[in-house]
Amino acid sequence: MSKKKEIIINVALIGGLLLILFILERFLPATSMLFTVLKKGAIYALVAVSMNLLNGFTGLFSLGQAGFMLVGAYTYGVLTIPVAERANVYMYFDGGLIQFALHPIIAIILAGALAGVFAYLIGLPVLRLKSDYLAIATLGFAEIIRAIFQWDKLGPITNGSNLLRSYPSYKSVLFYFVASGICIALIVMMINSTYGRAFKAIRDDEVAAEAMGINLAHHKRIAFVVSSFFAGVSGALLAMYQTSVQAAMFKSAMTYEILLIVVIGGIGSITGSCISAFLFIILSEWLLRFLDTDTYIGSFHVPLLRSGFRKVVFAVIIMIIVLFFRQGIMGTKEFSISGIYHKITGKKKKEVKGGGADE
Amino acid sequence: MSENVLKIDHVTMQFGGVVAVDDLNLEVNRGEIVSLIGPNGAGKTTAFNVVTAVYPPTNGAVYFEGKRVVENHPRGKMKKLYNGGHADEYMKTIQPTPDKITKLGIARTFQNIRLFKSQTVFDNILIAEHMRRTSNLFTATLHLNGSEEAAMRKEADRLLHILELDDVRDELATSLPYGKQRRVEIARALATKPSLLLLDEPAAGMNPQETVELTSFIGRIRDDFHLTIFMIEHHMDLVMEISDRIYVLDFGKLISHGTPDVVQNDPKVISAYLGVQEDE
Ligand SMILES: Nc1ncnc2c1ncn2[C@@H]1O[C@H](COP(=O)(O)OP(=O)(O)OP(=O)(O)O)[C@@H](O)[C@H]1O
Ligand SMILES: [Mg+2]
Repeated sequence: MSKKKEIIINVALIGGLLLILFILERFLPATSMLFTVLKKGAIYALVAVSMNLLNGFTGLFSLGQAGFMLVGAYTYGVLTIPVAERANVYMYFDGGLIQFALHPIIAIILAGALAGVFAYLIGLPVLRLKSDYLAIATLGFAEIIRAIFQWDKLGPITNGSNLLRSYPSYKSVLFYFVASGICIALIVMMINSTYGRAFKAIRDDEVAAEAMGINLAHHKRIAFVVSSFFAGVSGALLAMYQTSVQAAMFKSAMTYEILLIVVIGGIGSITGSCISAFLFIILSEWLLRFLDTDTYIGSFHVPLLRSGFRKVVFAVIIMIIVLFFRQGIMGTKEFSISGIYHKITGKKKKEVKGGGADE
Repeated sequence: MSENVLKIDHVTMQFGGVVAVDDLNLEVNRGEIVSLIGPNGAGKTTAFNVVTAVYPPTNGAVYFEGKRVVENHPRGKMKKLYNGGHADEYMKTIQPTPDKITKLGIARTFQNIRLFKSQTVFDNILIAEHMRRTSNLFTATLHLNGSEEAAMRKEADRLLHILELDDVRDELATSLPYGKQRRVEIARALATKPSLLLLDEPAAGMNPQETVELTSFIGRIRDDFHLTIFMIEHHMDLVMEISDRIYVLDFGKLISHGTPDVVQNDPKVISAYLGVQEDE
């Protein structure tokens, strides 16, 4: 199958998907569970891919994703609340310090940018650390960020530990798909560029990468900042989707959820992360909801089913995956049309590990 | 013209109390093949690691093409631990990162092969082009550097062709037989376009047939790529055949140097090697 044909088919598929979503939105109620799952799935796909860029493609085991999402979510909220609403939202802080509102798209980009700035600063001391220490340090910084954003003294800007709300948000599922899709495409394009090759070299062997003239500090910083930029964007999208936002929700448990998605999808597979994000959201928001609700069959109280049990089930799933399916759904392979085509037609295509080239 | 390409000047490398390299002085001249030999644990690899800036030396300096590229003197807690000489002769600290050394024109291979394990032979070699990029993150990500990218790939393919590795181009590098992997690692080092090539035991794990091939291969790349080669090797046949000069290390100290004939007949060298055999 020629490259051109493949691109045409991929574009057609994406166009078809968006069209289906468009039609569904005409016919299904806006509150349908399907849209909830799709929106959240798109957001989680983006943050999972951004985490995979670090953990899967650069070999940096970082656990700061929730912290950078928080920065993004707050940047978005703070910068877009309409001036007229500010007195209301910031009622404990005299209407707050900021008295302007930006266009949502500009705010989303700034959300990513500020997360990137945070990442740059945190990266300076932290990126020298090796694997486990890096994980602990980034996790710690994420918690510190959360504490700072809840700090009363910053209330005029962040509203302290109170909710940010009343900011504008796009309701259509199409917006989330397009925004997240563009971001993921950019990440994939970077991974397929000469920079992506440098990241993979660092992941495979730091000493050899340096011997090939790759500046470790510089490239790790790029990966960390870019990853955090997109985590910030996904935070902004999440804020938008939820219509209100509070620092307390960006706990490390959120990072673990994202890590779970990355691991299930396959560390080093972009399409794996995307598929697994939707699977995860479908399961946790929809199919496994019943695990968290007290249930009676007749007068029989079904045991175990109560708030929090879902988390237990997820913990068990993680353990099963880590023990038996270490590769996740995709391993480091990518899902692609040409791949399926070759499977169906029985033609052999050489498998190349390490993140192939298909969007 | 016998200008020296590499000069190691009073280099001492101490790991805590262990002196791995002890006041090493040596020179490698342009176009030469110079070997560094010595029993296990003599400090040969450590000397390479100092030259390529993987470790900053405890004391001493390294010159490349007449320029001082590495320098250090005992500092901090090493001040107390250091028990070598020449400590007051090196006052500056020059500690580049290893990639800077590569960019200057020193490439190396590793004793325990370090190929990029998830990548094909082609991609292993392509990575060397990264350091010469003119694109930045944005132009590269948006694939606006099409002609540069094409030139990178062409260059990598050209090198594969010259080194007769075309047939394994798309194989996973680590799936190749050992001897081939060594050759790919040398090819990867050459892709950085070095003027000085450091080979750490290139014949390790090779059978006699492969070793013979390697011997001619090393001679050939020296001529074709206008290289100076500095090599650590245990296979004495190989060493004696292609070396212009040989340095011998034992317990971090230089015990002999000269042409293969001189070194071969040096009683100190013989006893150092015999001593090791008795230990084993
Ligand atoms: N990073 C390190 N930390 C502590 N000690 C080290 C380190 N690297 C090397 N050494 C010690 O320095 C000494 C010299 O080691 P080196 O690897 O340079 O020997 P070598 O001559 O290359 O030996 P071989 O022929 O076995 O490769 C050894 O005693 C080794 O244990
Ligand atoms: Mg060695």
